Amino acid sequence: MSAETARHDAKTLRHQQPRFRGLEAGHRACQGCGEALAARLVTEAAGPDVMVANATGCLEVFTTPWPQSAWRLPWIHSVFGNAAAVAAGMEAALKQQGRRTRVLAFAGDGGTFDIGFQALSGMMERGHDVLFVCFDNEAYMNTGVQRSGSTPHAAMTNTSPPGTARMGKRHMKKDILAILAAHRIPYAATASVAYPSDLRKKVRRAMDTGGPVFLQVHSPCPLGWGHDSDLTVQVARLAVQTGLFPLVEMERGELIGTLPIREVRPVTDYLRLQQRFRHLFAGDFRAEKELEHLQAIADRNIERFELRGGGKERYDTEGADTVHRGGDRWA
Amino acid sequence: MALPLEGSQALARTVALCRPQVVSAYPITPQTHIVEGIARLVADGRLECEMVSVESEHSAASVALGAAAAGSRAYTASASQGILLMSEVLFDIAGMRVPLVMTCANRAVSAPLSIWNDHQDAMAVRDAGWIQLYCASNQEAVDTTVQAFRIAEHCSLPVMVCVDGFTLTHTLEPLELPDQDQVDAYLPAYRFAHGLNPAEPRSLGTLVSPDHFTEARLGHHGALQRALGAIEAADADWAAVSGRGCGGLLEVRGDPQARTGILVMGSVLGTLEDAMDADPKGRRVRFLKLRSFRPFPAEALRQACQGLDTLIVLDRALSPGSGGIVGPEVKAALMDMAEPPRVHNLAAGLGGRDLPLDLYGRLLEAVEGADGPLPFTLIDADPTQLPEADRPDAPLMQEAP
Repeated sequence: MSAETARHDAKTLRHQQPRFRGLEAGHRACQGCGEALAARLVTEAAGPDVMVANATGCLEVFTTPWPQSAWRLPWIHSVFGNAAAVAAGMEAALKQQGRRTRVLAFAGDGGTFDIGFQALSGMMERGHDVLFVCFDNEAYMNTGVQRSGSTPHAAMTNTSPPGTARMGKRHMKKDILAILAAHRIPYAATASVAYPSDLRKKVRRAMDTGGPVFLQVHSPCPLGWGHDSDLTVQVARLAVQTGLFPLVEMERGELIGTLPIREVRPVTDYLRLQQRFRHLFAGDFRAEKELEHLQAIADRNIERFELRGGGKERYDTEGADTVHRGGDRWA
Repeated sequence: MALPLEGSQALARTVALCRPQVVSAYPITPQTHIVEGIARLVADGRLECEMVSVESEHSAASVALGAAAAGSRAYTASASQGILLMSEVLFDIAGMRVPLVMTCANRAVSAPLSIWNDHQDAMAVRDAGWIQLYCASNQEAVDTTVQAFRIAEHCSLPVMVCVDGFTLTHTLEPLELPDQDQVDAYLPAYRFAHGLNPAEPRSLGTLVSPDHFTEARLGHHGALQRALGAIEAADADWAAVSGRGCGGLLEVRGDPQARTGILVMGSVLGTLEDAMDADPKGRRVRFLKLRSFRPFPAEALRQACQGLDTLIVLDRALSPGSGGIVGPEVKAALMDMAEPPRVHNLAAGLGGRDLPLDLYGRLLEAVEGADGPLPFTLIDADPTQLPEADRPDAPLMQEAP
């Protein structure tokens, strides 16, 4: 069978599907939604014996327009700020019942960095056996693109618009991973939809580690970031390759691993694809200054995490992004 | 056998008898002794449960919600600011029809800060969709707590057991606690039909369009109305098991033949009953002890008001800019009577102001000879503490400043 035939053979394609999908097709996410892709990858890797507590946000809205639901998992949404606490309650119940079902908490960056932060910190401090996944699309997308604690410096949102007196968001993106790591939790990592195998590996590692664990998944939002919907993976990859979104793993607050960058790209390669950074390409003095700031942030990440690879790493960025489905490689 | 127990300690032991699997709470006066008592029972191995001491009331309610949804009997307790902080979760719990029980150690709400008793906290979440049962004594609080788990799980509705802060929670008195066997016989194992289960995955708390929201609310409203029967039945069944009832939805006490009635919720009833017995003028009234505020027992209320000329509704909270809260609801329910009593709505005892024995005489004297309903009055207020512009007799503001 030629490669060409195989690509169009439904039976083979089905065989290549993972054994379990927690989030089915047919939901109502936008074209190219990074969060939908991330949620599918996370739930595939986590397997069927889990329960999910979901914060309010796009993921909740586009998956469960009643009476439909795209979830094949027991799933509960309560309010915006309490995904971690609801998950903690579920975990306490399962523990008391002696059941082995695992608990996941899903939230966007608003439900993680901002309104859900206190509940998240409390859940981590108390040591519940919960994997908290933050689908980080760097603004309040569900309400129509407003700035959050995760929005990068200088990005345009509808509450951080650029103008004659402003150049987008004035503040820095909150270093949520460092804050979570400071809880000395067993495992905390960043991942990206551009690196699915790396993402799945981290989900499995988190769940194997157990205890309160955290995963921050960089998930582009074509609508909010202003890029073409077929560029989601490319944009996400450039965030990693520029050093603006480093992929790192921490255990008990200590750095244990990074995904090195084979060829470091200038931040402008990443920024120019997105309308939210359009004002940084006006060519004037203010724009140049902001570009310098963003390049400095990326440079600092690369230095701090020693991300500059030599070009021959086993886990170089181009090689690690191949999609392999079925889970055999990570057994 | 009656034991000398502080109200909170009795509640802690009663909750333990109900075998909760997850208890979650955040400290707030005057709820603390209840949760401390439960923590000690857990620490001593006398109660096997996950005790989750959270970082806020918002999370306390959320943990209880998650636990109940995942198939465990859950309990929490709070008061005042805590009730307000968890209020969005309270609405959510009720809307999802998740059965769990909370004790509200009723307390005033800031500002100004007051840690003392009134009913403002529970009234603020009146429309959250919870069952609200008010306790007139610590014995009722004990018995109502057991009943609350049964009502919640039978009706798939959360139940708030309202217990006057300090007046009940911190008062030591002889109390009958049920036996474990009695509670076990009365309370079936926890079951939540819509719970989370990987073998039968279900989505809870979804988004609904305008095509379905009204129906969801209608279902919730109907469930609360049908709970009227369940509350009465639960009380009757508990009376059969323990020998103690709490008066169902609404209890008529005092002199059932009296033409003047006083309607109250909570512990002020005992004070007024004692005052009536000791009244030097020998005045007798019909007391209406409203136990179920949500669902509101309109029909039972009309029955209880038959033959009354005058009904005084004593509120323990205030809707600023309107007046009482229980009062208008009672008036609305009595509108349908052929010969409704004249209803006077008064309030007293806000922010822990003492409710002394002479309140009885003052209430009766305030309405005596009135030829129409009195305007709403805070009967124990002292307006002279206020600047003149803030006093009730200050002139109206005629124009915007």
